[in-house]
Amino acid sequence: MDKFSYVNATSLKQVTSLLSDSGWGEVMLIAGGTDLLSELKEYIETPKTLINLKTLPEMEGISSDAAGIKIGALTTIADIAMHPTIQHHYTVLAQAATSVATPQIRNVGTIGGNLCQRPRCWYYRDETVNCIKKGGDLCYAVDGLSKYHAILGGDPVYIVHPSDIAPALIALNASMKITGPEGEKTMKVEEFFTLPSDNPFRENVLQPNEIVVEIQIPNTKPNTKSLYLKAREKGAPDFALASVAGVFEMAGRTCQSANIVLGGVAPKPWRSTEAENVLTGKMVDKAVSMKAGEEAVQKARPLNDNEYKVTLTQNLISRAVMMAVS
Amino acid sequence: MASWGEASQSRLIGKRITRLSGKDKVTGKAKYTYDINRPGMLYARILRSDVAHANVIDIDLSRAEELPGVKAVLPIIEVGKKLRYQGQEIAAVAAETDDIAKDALRLIFVDLEELPFVVTEEDALAEGAPQIRDWVGNKSNPGTNEKGEVEIGFNEAAVTVEAKYHTPVQTHVCLETHGNVAEWTDDQNLTVWASTQAVFGVRDDLAGRFELPANQVRVITEHMGGGFGSKFGAGVEGRTAVQLAKITGQPVKLMLTRRAEHLVAGNRPSMTQHVKAGASRDGRLIAYDMRGYGTGGISSGAGFQAPYVYSVDNIRTERFNVTINAGNQRAMRAPGHPQGAFAMDSLMDELAEKLGMNPLEFRRINDPSEVRQAQYTLGAQEIGWHRRNTIPGSGTGVKKHGIGVGSGLWGGGGGRGTQARVTINADGTVEAVTGTQDIGTGIRTAIAIIVAEEFGLTPTDIAVKVGDSGPGLRSGGSGGSQTTASVAPVIKTAAEAAIQKLFEHVAPLLQAPVDDLRVGNGTIYVASDRTKTVTWHQATGLLGMESISEGGNWDQELRQHGVAGTQFAEVEVDTETGNVQVIKIVAVQDCGLAINRLTTESQINGGVIMGLGQTLLEERIMDPLTGRMLNANLEDYKVPGTYEIPEIKSIVFDTHRKVTGVGEPPCIPTLGAIANAVYNAIGVRIRELPITPDKVLTALAQKKHKEVSNG
Repeated sequence: MDKFSYVNATSLKQVTSLLSDSGWGEVMLIAGGTDLLSELKEYIETPKTLINLKTLPEMEGISSDAAGIKIGALTTIADIAMHPTIQHHYTVLAQAATSVATPQIRNVGTIGGNLCQRPRCWYYRDETVNCIKKGGDLCYAVDGLSKYHAILGGDPVYIVHPSDIAPALIALNASMKITGPEGEKTMKVEEFFTLPSDNPFRENVLQPNEIVVEIQIPNTKPNTKSLYLKAREKGAPDFALASVAGVFEMAGRTCQSANIVLGGVAPKPWRSTEAENVLTGKMVDKAVSMKAGEEAVQKARPLNDNEYKVTLTQNLISRAVMMAVS
Repeated sequence: MASWGEASQSRLIGKRITRLSGKDKVTGKAKYTYDINRPGMLYARILRSDVAHANVIDIDLSRAEELPGVKAVLPIIEVGKKLRYQGQEIAAVAAETDDIAKDALRLIFVDLEELPFVVTEEDALAEGAPQIRDWVGNKSNPGTNEKGEVEIGFNEAAVTVEAKYHTPVQTHVCLETHGNVAEWTDDQNLTVWASTQAVFGVRDDLAGRFELPANQVRVITEHMGGGFGSKFGAGVEGRTAVQLAKITGQPVKLMLTRRAEHLVAGNRPSMTQHVKAGASRDGRLIAYDMRGYGTGGISSGAGFQAPYVYSVDNIRTERFNVTINAGNQRAMRAPGHPQGAFAMDSLMDELAEKLGMNPLEFRRINDPSEVRQAQYTLGAQEIGWHRRNTIPGSGTGVKKHGIGVGSGLWGGGGGRGTQARVTINADGTVEAVTGTQDIGTGIRTAIAIIVAEEFGLTPTDIAVKVGDSGPGLRSGGSGGSQTTASVAPVIKTAAEAAIQKLFEHVAPLLQAPVDDLRVGNGTIYVASDRTKTVTWHQATGLLGMESISEGGNWDQELRQHGVAGTQFAEVEVDTETGNVQVIKIVAVQDCGLAINRLTTESQINGGVIMGLGQTLLEERIMDPLTGRMLNANLEDYKVPGTYEIPEIKSIVFDTHRKVTGVGEPPCIPTLGAIANAVYNAIGVRIRELPITPDKVLTALAQKKHKEVSNG
């Protein structure tokens, strides 16, 4: 990696003022560093300054109040995975967190970093390949090898968003607090992520001078069932070939509402309103669950090597729905 | 005649004995080449080609040389030559720190004229493909083999199967990458700590290249983090480390990166077979016609076994090598066998199904090995062969179970060329010294067991010194599963000679003839009068100012060539996700006399895990678009982890009491066993490895489509 200066953060105000001096990539934030470090080592990123956020303990921790829970952006994936309240009331999130990488990575990786992590695409991660995301003309996955790439929302860049946490948060209707030079704002996690057709270079709407500070998740109703299913080639560590975050409000076998968000199949966590619509208000049985899966992939446009993801996604959704009612 | 004696007479040999270096390894005390740091040592790195094929127009080293902390910059490829694969060496840097060396590589400017490339077998064989070696085409002249009359065989066959089987290139994934620490003690004496399977091989290689007398080069490999056939020579990286140490006058450490390890440090060639085979109504394999090829990357050598294990009357085969712009193959654990086994055992099951015959019965009819016949019975019992689906894919539910079988064979009989000394000191200590190396197989412990058995001591009493060419006691490289069968007879005869010498000192004291003396538990006693006894220390005390030091001979009566193995696999296939989980492997492996049953079982476990990786996960993925390997890391090049490892029942199948090596053979039968189990589970055959979810889901979808269109 190239040389950089390293600054310990003293306050959020100091961080945003340091960030606002530069565009993307000049000044970067580091927390767990599990993604950033590999980007530095591979020369995908070459910042001049790194700001260490771990010196801001106020950004770490899980608290709950009448409205729900708040998770500081510096909270580790391991702490989320093992938190009793999250395990009981936000099961989908605990399961997603548990499925991330390895114990070592979960122990240092943070939720803020997980949401802001960059794609794993093997072309993007190769320094010598100048793809669209790095200012080039081609998404190499289109004519190259695309086993792990997007089947939904791809054009013109067919990366998949690698986060397990993000689909779970969106399914839980979570919001996030973002701080910038103009102060704080709150937005839905769902609105945080963008498609390459809007911005091929970034995966979210965060500005170079902004920082994710906190995640807020509203209470779930007592009749909520939630779960996260992740298909992968290898038990661990492995990123999702496809994943499903499902949050269902059930009255017996009747689905009052369903939130279904897919991971590993699109450049952003992919909310499947098609699947949700099939389920809402229905008595759930195998046929309905399969219909939900089928509808979710109606718009899928696989590349040369990833048609299997269509079937896989379909099956995972159906499985998740059936698990929710069992 | 020399012999290892009866099992009932052995105190140690054949028992389960803890590896001597185990504690050092798990506590981190064991020093691998990676851990060697010398005073004033420099760190070296190699600049490698990013492109698959190019002419080298110019190389400018000047800016790298000017970087503070850089001590030497060494060109490796000459201007005007061609780079023929990604990862090929361009130049090297030695610097005060590893970080400076890395920075310096980025200051080397290389002007390349990129050339058309081929990185897949299909592209290399295509009409009009660029020829990537100047002197010869991409396709080698085929090697052919014929036995009997294959057409007559097919005419007589009641059933035939035609199929195409493919296994991709697999890389060795040595956990310790290739590399060396080189130190010149003066301009004529060189010491190298090498991560190698052959300390003497590296010594001779370096002595030749640097024009040094062999006895002035010392190569040390105290512990080694995996080689699997890829670590026999000094390699470009070894020669570069030595050269940089010479230029700078300082010790130099040069270890390959994980990326380079995948790109240039060897691999198992691919295999593609188009095969047609026929069997008679009564289940005899009578015709086998195979046309196949593989790629060894930029080099040749992509051979594989076909047919394999089973006897066929009429055979016609043709195979050739395909050259591509990719790193070259090297020997890899049972070269040519796992690929061949996957294809052959798949084919056997396909034929058996057409005959309506139990695949195990079909094997029994065609397998000439009596050992394997007995192994089939034992293995079938252990796995519960009767539980398999009589109709493949007939299980109910989403997760389907299946059971399969596969077979293998290997040599491992060892050979001449090992020198050893066993020394008994007056203070009672014992040393066993030889120039072999413990590459993780446990030969250090085996040597201690053999000597301790002869001396009536315990293995921890024996100081075993291996992995050092310094004492000048030569032994061969650790390859071909030959180490134990090469070393054990020499150690045994040396120990026998040494104890005879000690008996000569003790005989007058005990007033008994030498041939009436025996060793006991830390004692020497008279066989005909057991009241006459001395302790080991009393006996060695008689040596005074002397030591006993004896060499040994390789006695071929103490070893045997040829082993047989069979494995049974039970898998669970998730038909919704395409995931294959191996539940259990029963590995029945003959290895003659197991010196140490515990480390032999470990060998089998390791082989099974490697075979499982090749079957379900591993593949070098070459990109036809960029000419690059897309998964030169351990994220996308997937090797088995904890979740993939099934219950492994390793059965050391006792046959005779002669030593045979077993390092390689346990990785062979795994492929066919798992592939056949997957078929038995889902009723769709996957003829291309690795069996990943995409292939399983695609195959299941095709099956469903067929069923639907057949009504």
